[in-house]
Amino acid sequence: MGRKRLVMVGNGMAGVRTLEELLKLAPDEYGITVFGAEPHPNYNRILLSPVLAGEMSIQDIILNDHAWYAQHGITLHLGKKVERIDRLRRRVIADDGTGADYDRLLLATGSNPFMLPVPGNDLPGVISYRDIADTDAMIDAAQRYRHAVVIGGGLLGLEAANGLRLRGMDVTVVHLADWLLERQLDETAGRMLQRSLEERGLKFLLGKQTEMLIAGASGRVAAVRLKDGLELPAELVVMAVGIRPNTALAEAAGIHCQRGIVVNDTMQTYDPKIYAVGECVAHRGIAYGLVAPLFEQGKVAANHLANFGIGRYTGSVTSTKLKVTGIDLFSAGDFFGGKDTEEITLNDAAGGVYKKLVIRDNRLVGGVLYGDTADGPWYFQLLRDSQDIHEIRDHLLFGQSHVGDVGHQGHSKAAAMADSAEVCGCNGVSKGVIVKAIKEKGLFSLDDIKQHTKAASSCGSCAGLCEQILSATIGGAYTPAASNRKPVCGCTDHSHQEVRDAIRAQHLVSIDSVMRFLEWRTDDGCEKCRPALNYYLISTWPGEARDDPRSRLINERAHANIQKDGTYSVVPRMWGGLTSAAELRRIADVAEKYQVPTIKLTGGQRIDLLGIRKEDLIGVWQDLGMPSGHAYGKSIRTVKTCVGAEHCRFGTQLAMDMGVKLERMLFDMYSPHKVKLAVSGCPRNCAEAGIKDVGVIGVDSGYELYVGGNGGIKTEVAQFLVKVKSDEEVLEYAGAFLQLYREEGFYLERTCHWLERVGLEHAKNRVVEDEENRKALHARLLAELQDARDPWAERVAGVERNEYEALIV
Amino acid sequence: MGEWKSICMLEDIPRLGSRIVRSTGGDIAVFRTSANAVFALRDQCPHKGGPLSQGLVHGNQVTCPLHGWKLRLDSGEAVAPDEGCSRRYPVRVESGTVFLQL
Repeated sequence: MGRKRLVMVGNGMAGVRTLEELLKLAPDEYGITVFGAEPHPNYNRILLSPVLAGEMSIQDIILNDHAWYAQHGITLHLGKKVERIDRLRRRVIADDGTGADYDRLLLATGSNPFMLPVPGNDLPGVISYRDIADTDAMIDAAQRYRHAVVIGGGLLGLEAANGLRLRGMDVTVVHLADWLLERQLDETAGRMLQRSLEERGLKFLLGKQTEMLIAGASGRVAAVRLKDGLELPAELVVMAVGIRPNTALAEAAGIHCQRGIVVNDTMQTYDPKIYAVGECVAHRGIAYGLVAPLFEQGKVAANHLANFGIGRYTGSVTSTKLKVTGIDLFSAGDFFGGKDTEEITLNDAAGGVYKKLVIRDNRLVGGVLYGDTADGPWYFQLLRDSQDIHEIRDHLLFGQSHVGDVGHQGHSKAAAMADSAEVCGCNGVSKGVIVKAIKEKGLFSLDDIKQHTKAASSCGSCAGLCEQILSATIGGAYTPAASNRKPVCGCTDHSHQEVRDAIRAQHLVSIDSVMRFLEWRTDDGCEKCRPALNYYLISTWPGEARDDPRSRLINERAHANIQKDGTYSVVPRMWGGLTSAAELRRIADVAEKYQVPTIKLTGGQRIDLLGIRKEDLIGVWQDLGMPSGHAYGKSIRTVKTCVGAEHCRFGTQLAMDMGVKLERMLFDMYSPHKVKLAVSGCPRNCAEAGIKDVGVIGVDSGYELYVGGNGGIKTEVAQFLVKVKSDEEVLEYAGAFLQLYREEGFYLERTCHWLERVGLEHAKNRVVEDEENRKALHARLLAELQDARDPWAERVAGVERNEYEALIV
Repeated sequence: MGEWKSICMLEDIPRLGSRIVRSTGGDIAVFRTSANAVFALRDQCPHKGGPLSQGLVHGNQVTCPLHGWKLRLDSGEAVAPDEGCSRRYPVRVESGTVFLQL
């Protein structure tokens, strides 16, 4: 028996994305045939507005060229409209008689523009705004005529009006509602938008209804008459009053439709052999018109077509962005609110900034931003995550974007950046390069940007900026995944949380068993998931799950830091930053014996020996006779200390002594990411405890503990956790806090990111309020660290010797 | 092509791991996959010269330890969208001994 046959009707973005997902999962499952009514291969409909505005060409917005279809063996029928589905014989027939048999049929017929039922709506010069043909007609009319009327002040209407104005036409927008974008904006934001569009030369007639379109002498439309009698000259009329799911074909075939082709959560229609995705679909009574939900639908449909059968589409929350260059506007969710909601607003009419956030039960449910939309993606993420915001409520309106504060000249608002401005300081990627890649390569996610431009792929401090650029370029098409639902990597659809839960619930103790149970798509994962799984296993089942050296990246495998030339650096441990004459002498001897080219003091109060050949590592460790500083690991790094009451005339507590105690307790602790501590002997805080994962500040009556600080990509000031009296309490609270992080944090999540996700109050509840739980957490940490080992001493004794020896031929 | 040389036993290379072979023509990385297939590439990433032998092996690919480029072990080609290639050396395993053609 040959391959099964899949026929797709409709060659638009949702349908082709479904095919792409399907080809990824099961490239050989089907012989595929595609029918498209338009004469073009799949293009990015979202970018028709920049084409109309003269900012891009048609060629720029093609997503899948003819070669793509050929490469995947897809039979493509362009310019052929399917007229009939013969469900009995499982065959579709096009208007020119072309037929195709199917085992599975995918309907992606999209939507039709709604034409107002007024006299004259079929005159020449009256068009909709939907496809390349409409766009061409507008560009053509702009060259030959003067007056345009756009009926409808929604997203499409305004983008059309703006484009026509830029092409020199005199444009009036006629809108039925009292303000523009009444489905996306409240009245205040709508008026602000109107003002800035008026400044660009557009005219508006609001609260007006069209009565008829009047033909001129040539037979072409010449004027629009409104219900109140007003007549506007118009040689071009663009109807942009809404779209209707295109269900004619499905209805004629007897498939159940109600405001769209009705599908279940697996995107299956009432005929089990027929699936449907995109704007033609009604899912739980909703037909979506933005591309992000349609891509989610496509992913689910592909999963079922590939016989995987695990995806469910459960509906989407959508956000909106108007793609008119220079106008920043963002809205999402329920931005009107009601009796049970509260609002936080900022209204600076002169400055052109308006922000409104709608909150219900301490959760963000909607918002409108005008003039300053930099934090739009962040708000949208909070909304999708349904995160409890009461802790951050007092500064919610001022935003707290994920933008790191270094590496991009302090820029935090993508819209205000010039094309030449550097976005990614690690890889030297400018805003212009990213925008170009988004447009020309058809990128839709942050991961796409990372892969294609390398921006945000190193330190990640510009990830927030890249997200802003993405959302500004493709508008509502960009939807970040809810953060606790982001897949671990491309090998699986499961999130970090799901993986952690499964490991615990199913008592999984090996990487193989996790991959088998969660149906990993690859045989042995990748460099992203394997280290994460290794950590989750060891932290969930200490003593039972075995460390897998092959799932450690090179630094943790070699127990030294790889450098750009392939040599390594060695940082021996100096407890609390203290050393001795004997240690210094040995370090000096090692440096001479192995001809160490660079010796440097680190920020963590230690000494770094750089430029050591891998074959020399074991000898260096043996001669040093000092334990590993773990300067290479997702583990406890250092406890930085000031000289404290031991020497300092201001000191109130023995900072060095406390630091050494903490560092000894935590030695060899493996964690989701690196962990740094500091202890200062008085509030002058010379050890800079305010930017550490755990910062301890001595005061006359005891110690204050601060948590979640960070001094790197994004400077984050640590937050107060608790005040305690004794050294023992410092060890217990700090230990319990770090154990909670170890048990709950996602791999590569620093304490500040983990706290941002779960909230400081959660950590306080578990560590400060709940004494029993605190003691249990601390006990678990101590039990795990009971068999802490010095990896350097083990390797000197012969462990993993192969790792350090080269073969010679 | 040059002569075949015996370099080590299969079990001297960890599964999902690699070894460096020092040769007069420069370092060569020899990899062993989970399916016990053995491949050899010049130990230099086409991107910035990172030692591929120190990377993480998964499927028939290795991820470079320096900047995360992925290279196909069977061809030495970088995985798209990256572009570049590292030289491939023929390898064969006979009765547990690994031979490399230099």
